[in-house]
Amino acid sequence: MSQLLEVSNVSKTFGGVVANDDISIQVPEGAIIGLIGPNGSGKTTLFNSIVGYHPIDGGSIRFQDKEISSLRVPDIARLGMLRTFQQTRIYGEMTCVENMLISTPTRDEGFLGLFRDHRAEDMEKAEQLLDFVGLYSKRLLFAGDLSFGQQKLLEFAMALMNEPKLLLLDEPTAGINPTLINGIIDRLKRANADLGITLLVIEHNMRVIMNLAEHIYCLAHGQLLADGPPDVLRDDQRVIDAYLGAH
Amino acid sequence: MTANKPLLYGLVAIVGLVAPFVFPAYVAQFAFAWLFILFALTWDAQGGQMGYNSFGNILYFGVGMYVCIVVMVGYSYNVAEYTAPGGEKAFTFSTHQYIIGLALGTIAGGIASAILAIILGSGILGLRGHYFAIGTLGLGIAAGELAAGWDFIGAGSGVAAPVFPDAMGSRSLFFYFVFFAITVIAFFAYKWLYRGRFGLAINAIRDDEDKAEAMGLPTTHYKTMSWMVSAFFLGLVGGPVGLLIGFIDPRDTAFAGVTFGVWMVLMAILGGKGTIWGPVVGAIVFLIFKEVFWIYLLQWQQVALGALIVVIVVFFPQGIMGFLREQWPERFGHRVEETPLNDMNVRGEGEA
Repeated sequence: MSQLLEVSNVSKTFGGVVANDDISIQVPEGAIIGLIGPNGSGKTTLFNSIVGYHPIDGGSIRFQDKEISSLRVPDIARLGMLRTFQQTRIYGEMTCVENMLISTPTRDEGFLGLFRDHRAEDMEKAEQLLDFVGLYSKRLLFAGDLSFGQQKLLEFAMALMNEPKLLLLDEPTAGINPTLINGIIDRLKRANADLGITLLVIEHNMRVIMNLAEHIYCLAHGQLLADGPPDVLRDDQRVIDAYLGAH
Repeated sequence: MTANKPLLYGLVAIVGLVAPFVFPAYVAQFAFAWLFILFALTWDAQGGQMGYNSFGNILYFGVGMYVCIVVMVGYSYNVAEYTAPGGEKAFTFSTHQYIIGLALGTIAGGIASAILAIILGSGILGLRGHYFAIGTLGLGIAAGELAAGWDFIGAGSGVAAPVFPDAMGSRSLFFYFVFFAITVIAFFAYKWLYRGRFGLAINAIRDDEDKAEAMGLPTTHYKTMSWMVSAFFLGLVGGPVGLLIGFIDPRDTAFAGVTFGVWMVLMAILGGKGTIWGPVVGAIVFLIFKEVFWIYLLQWQQVALGALIVVIVVFFPQGIMGFLREQWPERFGHRVEETPLNDMNVRGEGEA
């Protein structure tokens, strides 16, 4: 399996705070990779570095064998790498369907694409995906009026609408009720298996991530603490210490 | 609402064509009604649809006005001699000179403003929120001061517009139809833009620009394009407004930030930001208020207008159309649709 995303020795500091220190992770094509770590360990910073939200201080980030660490956010997104946000972000004053329609891929869109009308197949796909996440009946409501969990599902559907090759999910189950969590795990797995989308997932819920990921990286204090398959990592004393605060 | 649309358009068209002949005394007011609708529409394309509160759109109006006058005069005469103090008295325009000059000047004004918007937009549209508002406010004021210091265009003492040829009949009526045409074209241009991706993209930028970028939308292109379209129409109408008023003062007519510049914001807010009919309704309601204040509250009109501004901003932030949409969301199509997607077999196969 080739590496879809290769993060090598990435460092990022904010003033005197070292958020990421010499971190290297690999995401093979077609995999589901987990990223865990206590609060403030640098997970979201790493996400932000990967998608180009801020420049990195050192190291390299390669996506499909192309160096992307100096590209801007929309350019990276157009290459087929998308992220969702920890604080769910949707377009609140637009309806769910509109949220979906504007999320179609912009990869091969030229200048005239800025002005084109919506295609019938886009509408069809939008409705199918809304149905996939269980929001079909709410498709004409403003996205801002949905509950937090529903917004999270909508954001996920929007990401799928964009047909990314790699999807970076920042805590997809945070704030969602336990029964719905199973549905989300199921949908993430199906997106991976059926749509061929590679996933890199930040998650605090151990049950979710152990169920989902085939390989997990654990960060602590901005450094890579350990990595390995879920059952190995679960028993790793360093990981347990990091979470429980042992010194 | 959809079924009545041809009826609505037909009604507006008939009123627009007939009104100046039925009420000839009010032609100038009617002309300004169309102008104000255009102001509100062009402002709403940024402030309402895109969430970029611009206080500098008046810049493009003023630039269009000056460019138009310069081109129009330059078509027939030497501009520097015309703008010299008292110079314009020596020049008269034949119908031919006036019409051709006006046509060339109007188009040149629109294009010049559009190009300026692309150039300025590449820098200023990088600012967000309050910073964008303040930045654009500076633009309008700076332009007025620059124009007031440039002798070629008459400097601070302004420039008189070419006199309307007697042979062409009523000046007000002529410009009424010019404004009417430009505003109708602009309305349908915006309607066309808002129907598809462009409309949703600038709405997305309004709701969450970081998200729009993260989804790969070329936000810079959309923002620049939106500003360019507004600048084009403002530049287009600037020259005819100068010619209707008859005298161009750099600060009070062309770059009139405290009157036209503020009113365009108010009208869009009053009518309802982010809707296509909001600016239309807002402009008409505002114009009625303004005329009533000017007639019945003379000397207090500015105070009354100020009070109206406060009332609008405090009690009516969502505007008339926004209020209606809040009250009857179903009428605007925002409802729960319980019928399931009938094509359920697709779901079983996955979306691959």
